[in-house]
Amino acid sequence: MIKRKHFAALMGWGFLSPAILIIGTFVFASIIFALYISFHKVNLFTGYFEFIGLDNYIRIFTDNRTKIAFINTATFVAVVVPLQTFLAMVMAAVLNSYIKGKNFYRTIFFLPTLTSSAALTMIFMFLFSLTGPINEIATKLNLIAQPINFLNDPKFALKVIMSMNVWSTVPYFMTIYLASLQELPSSLYEAADVDGATAVQKFFHITIPYLKPITTFVLLMGIIGTFQMFDQAYIFSNGSGGPENSTLTVALLIYRNAFGQNNTMGFATAMSIVLSIVIFVATMVAKKLNQSESLY
Amino acid sequence: MEKRNIYKYLLYAILITYAVVTFFPFLWAVSASFKTYKEITGGGLNVIPKAATIAAYIRLLTMDSNFMRWILNSFFVCIVGTFFNVIFNSMAGYALSRLHFKGRDMVFYAILASIMVPAQVLLIPNYLIIKYFGMLNSFRAVIIPVAVNATYIFMMRQFYINFPKSLEEAAAIDGLNRVGVFFRIAIPLAKPAIATQSVFIFLGLWNEFLKPKLYLAVPQKYTLTVGIQTMMSQYGGITQWDEVMAASVISLIPILLLYIALNKYFMHGVRMDGEK
Repeated sequence: MIKRKHFAALMGWGFLSPAILIIGTFVFASIIFALYISFHKVNLFTGYFEFIGLDNYIRIFTDNRTKIAFINTATFVAVVVPLQTFLAMVMAAVLNSYIKGKNFYRTIFFLPTLTSSAALTMIFMFLFSLTGPINEIATKLNLIAQPINFLNDPKFALKVIMSMNVWSTVPYFMTIYLASLQELPSSLYEAADVDGATAVQKFFHITIPYLKPITTFVLLMGIIGTFQMFDQAYIFSNGSGGPENSTLTVALLIYRNAFGQNNTMGFATAMSIVLSIVIFVATMVAKKLNQSESLY
Repeated sequence: MEKRNIYKYLLYAILITYAVVTFFPFLWAVSASFKTYKEITGGGLNVIPKAATIAAYIRLLTMDSNFMRWILNSFFVCIVGTFFNVIFNSMAGYALSRLHFKGRDMVFYAILASIMVPAQVLLIPNYLIIKYFGMLNSFRAVIIPVAVNATYIFMMRQFYINFPKSLEEAAAIDGLNRVGVFFRIAIPLAKPAIATQSVFIFLGLWNEFLKPKLYLAVPQKYTLTVGIQTMMSQYGGITQWDEVMAASVISLIPILLLYIALNKYFMHGVRMDGEK
């Protein structure tokens, strides 16, 4: 008879073994492996492997395409994250007020979250195409003189992806906010009513401060997600990052360098490590900013 | 009182506007999928097609002989992947909350930390590991690395921490061993939490693009998302809007059915994901 204590340990490790094995291999061992690869020149197809020290890292700061990719990605994050966070908060606050048909709206609002980025990108490309409904409506309303070629104009391509990303991520974060708002004691709003506060005042002085911890979470998730945007850029440009590199994101460039014909798999890995560091720093900054009172 | 009414109308105006913005792309996609290519490119803002046709759907299904196969592949990957996740995540979550042993907390923090690791940095080493084990072009490549999920391990742990132990203890007194307690008592009790993680894991696997694109390079092995994208970029590019929209609609249908059937778990899930 095995002792009770030993049995618990045996069963515990047994129950955890699939998780330990998989996360151990595909996360922790992989991080170490990635560091190792990043110091080498690698060709996936020929099996070429050579130690080159820090060359890959130095190249990141001199390579022009890498610079473009980082600028595109940073722009994307800087526009999308604040917008999605703010919109999600506003929509959650609206949904949380005394309105009829709350569940109906919630059900509708959640739809974009269900859609694959592949389907989503194709739908948005259609909407913004030369003869698509956006151009059609804008022309009818006399907003523009003639249709804009959103998909092939480097000025607009990334903006189309931004709009679709905001559209598709707001509902998820809104639901997270809403869950927390439902636990906000109504006495807080009632007290503000007595003091004659307007709805906008209540939103800025009660709702936003109350949601602060959730906002940290939403910002973190938003930053981690947007910095790694790949699917939409890939499908939009069929992998090229075009037109004129305007949709070339860091994730797309990593993919192209790693799985292309060149000896750049190590370079791509170094880039992914730098990207991770950038993401980490950005989340820390966002967390600090969100916690400081001065923001509101 | 007057002011209050204006405020209320404003709220509804925001809600309805947002609902329209959300719904509009879907409506257009469905509408375009039933239009002729000529009608789509001819402009016009009619939602109801002038001459409704299912020609795009038929062309889509016959264009590539693998199309039905891709749908089956997607279902296979999603069902098997979800099954493994439910078992493994529940086992891990249970061990991390109910079983007491040395080293447990260390494992817990390691699993928690793994959530914060960006997927991008794992892409290349994972690919090489999968290649090394000879799993490329096999469904194992898109199932095994994601057969556990740290977020849902965390969720299951929270579930068991908040759930009273009494039933499990009673079963143990009745002579059921601890492994039996887990499978006969703890798993059935966790039905809501399991349903929640199932729908989200299924959804994630169904919509996954990058990994199947990378790991499954033969057309017979494509999942639906990869198949559609590849097909559309090969045949005339993503401008054959009637077919492209039909393809998008087809890829959405299974998820939509799941959403309608299990709506409450979708709404529940996001709540448990957040701070709690």
